[in-house]
Amino acid sequence: MNKQRLRAKIIKYFLQSCGSLSIVIVLLIFLFLFKEALPFIGSPGLQELFHSVWNPVSFQKEEFGIYPLITGSILVTVLATVIAIPFGIVGAVYISEVASPKEREFLKPFIEILAGIPSVVLGFFGLVVIAPLIKQMFDLGTGLTALTGAVLLAFMAIPTIMSISEDAIKSVPAAYKEASLALGASKLETIWKVVVPAALSGIVASVMLGMGRVVGETMTVMMVTGNAPIISMNPFTSVRTMTATIAAEMGEVTIGSDHYMALFWVGLVLMLMTFILNMISYRVLKRYGIHE
Amino acid sequence: MNNKRTGEKIIYWTMRGITYSVVLFIAYILFDILINGLPAISWDFITGDPEKSGAEGGIFPAILGTLLLVVGTIVVALPLGMFSAIYLTEYAKQSKFTQSIRMAIVTLAGVPSIVFGLFGLGLFVITLDFGSSLLAGSLTLACMVLPTIIVSSEEALKSVPKYMREGSLALGATKWETIYKNVLPYALPGMLTGSILGVGRAAGETAPILLTAAAFFLPELPTSVFDQVMALPYHLYILATQHPEAQKILPMQYGTALVLLLLVVGLNFGAIIFRIRVRKKYKW
Repeated sequence: MNKQRLRAKIIKYFLQSCGSLSIVIVLLIFLFLFKEALPFIGSPGLQELFHSVWNPVSFQKEEFGIYPLITGSILVTVLATVIAIPFGIVGAVYISEVASPKEREFLKPFIEILAGIPSVVLGFFGLVVIAPLIKQMFDLGTGLTALTGAVLLAFMAIPTIMSISEDAIKSVPAAYKEASLALGASKLETIWKVVVPAALSGIVASVMLGMGRVVGETMTVMMVTGNAPIISMNPFTSVRTMTATIAAEMGEVTIGSDHYMALFWVGLVLMLMTFILNMISYRVLKRYGIHE
Repeated sequence: MNNKRTGEKIIYWTMRGITYSVVLFIAYILFDILINGLPAISWDFITGDPEKSGAEGGIFPAILGTLLLVVGTIVVALPLGMFSAIYLTEYAKQSKFTQSIRMAIVTLAGVPSIVFGLFGLGLFVITLDFGSSLLAGSLTLACMVLPTIIVSSEEALKSVPKYMREGSLALGATKWETIYKNVLPYALPGMLTGSILGVGRAAGETAPILLTAAAFFLPELPTSVFDQVMALPYHLYILATQHPEAQKILPMQYGTALVLLLLVVGLNFGAIIFRIRVRKKYKW
């Protein structure tokens, strides 16, 4: 009997340690980002990060100002979100309230495919199809602009926004709709004036989750935004995001150099940004009982 | 009244149009890559080695490398994720500890893939001294897909009705016996399907392996887990952006993109078929 109890205990502790693995990994991620980034505070000094020139490979003076990278990420993210919102939300409303069951069964998995397309394939498609198109359309010198990146990233955010908004819309009690219809409102009025407002915080959270995904996207932006580290809020210029900077430069740095540490600082800023976006949307979605 | 109805109709059609434009965009991507990629694919392309730095020849080492990374990721992440899900659904009570696990899972799911790359570089490649290798890459990808595996496994476990557990417990089986013999067999197909869907995403990821595992060209196939590997997504990235004659080798790029897409979509498709078949078999 005692042996059995011991066994049960061992199993429980084993499973518990597997369960806590997620916590361990999150802590390790923060720990290692900090550990690799930390010596930067002593040697070049933290103030080196807060200015507007990123020029890490130079014979005269290496510059590690992360402002252009942050503005690059923000520009691409905001543009992508603005493009994704109408498609994501209208699509979610259409799928959950208007489409027939058969249509729904086709639309949902089909749009999920979009989420499954590898980002490097999307980037490649952007490079050979979307970039020339944008170059031609707006008569630009190069098609590798913030806008090109944003268009592609929008399509990466759409499946997230759509599926989570749809869950939020579905969780609106039927009584709200029935009451509205009974008062003589049309179906369309009910959808846009009752259902959507009732689900609004869930929809906003879905947009934030989509933004979190866009901020962290690496390959697509690296391939199509042109990678020029300049501060600009013009969608038709080339920009360089935080993610692309890390991915492009990490392969060539000496481990432990100033440049290496600066890239880990960029990683920390990125991690913090996505962490905040995710935590807010998590809090909101929890009220709906929706988990990602 | 009639005016109002026409107005409504216009709005409905606008909504439909917006939704289907997304569908069209997806279809266009798939079509473009299929049409341009198919002519490039041949037996030699699939089984041959790259020649002239990828401008000619095949992509076999890259396919193999990606498959090895996927297998490595599954071997590491699948058991851990499943045990973790079993703990969360069957054992954990509402507590601060459980809540922090959930918080950690959500956080982990939102970590950008390049940050996983940095983490893998710091921990596996440098501190544990695995070097840029199959092992380091698989471990990094495993950390990345863990949340997906946990969440989908949990859903599968939760879908097994309570009475199946109660019946077993009432007959005197221990908790673990109940889970092992009366819950897992029914939940396993669902757990596997969800997990494969998660791992499928890992197959297409580039950013994490960029820093932890991938090389553009290797003269030999990997022989141990400490070797670097070539990988399809990385191969495509280099061919499309770094190759001096990127414009000229477009067919090679399309071919690689198509193979990668087929691999990822194939994994997903397989998982979904598997789920449908199993669902028909087990019903309660």
